[in-house]
Amino acid sequence: MSVTANITPSRAADRVAVRSWKLPVLFGVLALFAVIVFAVLGPDGDATFRISQEGDAWQVPDLAVPAKVFGVVVAALCVLLAVRAYRQMKNEGRIDKWVAMTFTAAFVIGLLVWIIGGTKTQNITLVGLFTGAMLITTPLVFGSLSGVLCERSGVVNIAIEGQLLAGAFTASLVSSITHNAYAGLFAAAVAGVLVSFLLAAFSIKYVVNQIIVGVVLNVLVSGLTGFLFEKIMKIKVDGATIYNQPAQLPEVPIPFLSQIPVIGPTLFRQSIIGYLMLVLVAAVWFGLFRTRWGLRIRAVGEHPKAADTVGINVNRTRFLNVLAGGAVAGVGGAYFTLVAVSSFSKDMTGGLGFIALAALIFGRWNPIGAALAALLFGVAGNLQSILSLAGTPIDGQFLAMLPYALTILAVSGFVGKSRAPAADGEPYIKG
Amino acid sequence: MSETQAVKEPVPPAKEGQGSQVIREIMGGNALISVLAVVVALVIGGILIAVTDPRVATASGYFFADPGATFSAIWSAVSEAYGALWRGATYDPTARTWQGQLGIFETLTFATPLILAGLAVTLAFRTGLFNIGAQGQIILGATFAGAVGFGMHLPPVIHLLVVILAGAIGGAIWGGIAGFLKARTGAHEVIVTIMLNYIAISLVLYLLKNQLKDPNSTNPISPQMDDNAVLPLLLGPNFRVHAGLIIAVLAVIGVSWLLNRSTLGFEYRAIGANPKAARTAGMLVSRGYITVMLISGALAGLAGVAQIAGTEKSLDSEIAGSIGFDAITVALLGRSKPWGTFFAALLFGAFKAGGTSMAVNADVSIDIVAVVQSLIVLFIAAPPLIRSIFRIKAARREGASA
Repeated sequence: MSVTANITPSRAADRVAVRSWKLPVLFGVLALFAVIVFAVLGPDGDATFRISQEGDAWQVPDLAVPAKVFGVVVAALCVLLAVRAYRQMKNEGRIDKWVAMTFTAAFVIGLLVWIIGGTKTQNITLVGLFTGAMLITTPLVFGSLSGVLCERSGVVNIAIEGQLLAGAFTASLVSSITHNAYAGLFAAAVAGVLVSFLLAAFSIKYVVNQIIVGVVLNVLVSGLTGFLFEKIMKIKVDGATIYNQPAQLPEVPIPFLSQIPVIGPTLFRQSIIGYLMLVLVAAVWFGLFRTRWGLRIRAVGEHPKAADTVGINVNRTRFLNVLAGGAVAGVGGAYFTLVAVSSFSKDMTGGLGFIALAALIFGRWNPIGAALAALLFGVAGNLQSILSLAGTPIDGQFLAMLPYALTILAVSGFVGKSRAPAADGEPYIKG
Repeated sequence: MSETQAVKEPVPPAKEGQGSQVIREIMGGNALISVLAVVVALVIGGILIAVTDPRVATASGYFFADPGATFSAIWSAVSEAYGALWRGATYDPTARTWQGQLGIFETLTFATPLILAGLAVTLAFRTGLFNIGAQGQIILGATFAGAVGFGMHLPPVIHLLVVILAGAIGGAIWGGIAGFLKARTGAHEVIVTIMLNYIAISLVLYLLKNQLKDPNSTNPISPQMDDNAVLPLLLGPNFRVHAGLIIAVLAVIGVSWLLNRSTLGFEYRAIGANPKAARTAGMLVSRGYITVMLISGALAGLAGVAQIAGTEKSLDSEIAGSIGFDAITVALLGRSKPWGTFFAALLFGAFKAGGTSMAVNADVSIDIVAVVQSLIVLFIAAPPLIRSIFRIKAARREGASA
């Protein structure tokens, strides 16, 4: 996706224009929000975090935080950091990374304490918060990795949603027929590749606008899986729907590591898909930024003509990357029916593919950034469902908006600069 | 895509009337591709229907003993499904009530919001912007229209006008955000509009739990629209066709004039063809992006008005259905021309009306309609593919797109 910014004519003008006040202003507004909401209007109760659960290697006592006092501390910290950010921008023309990161962390934790301190139950298990978040985060990570692979090579992937859905459906169907969850997992990857093949064929071979193909493929997969769900998965043999009873992937706890409080149950008590996710994030990052393969892909995504000149087959690279992305997203889709839920239902991905797109952008087209963004969105999503029952000071719907609002801020340059690969979305025609 | 579209179509000579241009568009070479794309998509849909039909599966079990049985099973499965689709969308002599026989009016009802939302996508598309956000703009339009529709009590006619205006403003705000961010910060409108769609859903769910909730209902649904605030039914109480259709036709004429006859439309097309050249020529590209998204959003907002003041009469979170996404396919099928969009919306309205009757009468899930629709667009978007299937020689003008 090419960013049509006003191109400044000379380098001198560049240097003047580089001082962006967006971030200090945003911090100022948020700090004001923190002062008013967290400190002045802060709830009087305690926010209790349960950290350990039974079976952990060692027990950590519950953490009770007086919400009001904590709110005052966070608000003060936010104000200080906002002032610091303003000063840095004024004097040096840039803001240190740690200022921005500390501000964000302080604000998020402050928000969390404020929300939980204001609920009626007032305590929350961190394990539940994070393990529940993984149900959302895992497919998000796979989806955004698919996006990273495609977009780094210059093909916009709006079809993540369709790839996830195709994976979920196929995994359920094949796992039900073969009674083998691993066969389902493999089939899901194949289904993702098939969707990707259509995306690649239409957008690379027939040079159709990539966004159009992506949008249409989402509708196609939704319709196709919906149709086959009605026609095949609802067939009953002896009163049971045999084609929608997938064998599940077992949970494989890693000895010792799974006993660490919070981190253990979240990261080391997962199915094989969960571990695959951790490996893939590292592998894609390493591959993209530390290998010759990755350099070629990024060259194709940033400047296809230059890549072509040095003998890289641009369209072949793109084609393969899009197919690889499809396989990754397909596996992510399998998570829905082989781990998270025990059967397929119509449109069960429910827009997660678009949140994955948001995570990809918010994570600045970087696998690790995208995974962290997916974790943030997963926690926000899970917090929303946890809090939907308790009366909270903030409506769950606003938490639901968070990923989307953050993404809009990111693409409009309020939260750092989220820049797409230069040739993202541009077809390459040799000649 | 958009660039080549706009380049390919010269401004029609002023002496030609609107009617002749419509005919030329339908009769033109591109239209042949469109028709063939519909045919191929229907054939693939038919294959899907046949393959999943239990009778075909049974008959194919003894295929070599009696191949005719398989073919007749395929024929009956496909013809029943498409027959029901056709009758549901046009005229069904077998329906029990005479109102039920005239499915054509259901087609028009479904087509009304599709025309308006399709125009929204078309207009932005011609300016080189991809408005994926019709869905959110419809929701916002319906929310605004609903808020004044059941929140205020005004005299007849005035109330309806206020409702229509509010809906247009609601959609314009949502579209305008994307246009503003595109113009001022370079934020890609596809990303922003997708995100705004989801924000709109959350927003309306929040409002339906609080400010806009019907106090007499436990569900997240708004009160009924005021009697003065609804669009009058065109054919009496037996049919759902409402005056939104008139708004839609007026909008087609308006957008057609705007794009082809007005200075603003010329700027839009110039920006869509080549924003850099337009800037060099002294046009304010950023202003163009903002205003076109305001108008586009307003059109989608009117689709929201058609939904809430015409068809549904009260607001819930499903008010936009899948109209916003269908609108994209409608605009593509209509080749980003106002009248093309109009006919494409009629076709998709027919699919929707017929799909319901197909699901009831032929036990074929309405999802097949989504499959056929998306295949149509895929084939239309890739003319070389359809040409290679039917071995059609490329039209001369097509050469410019390479």
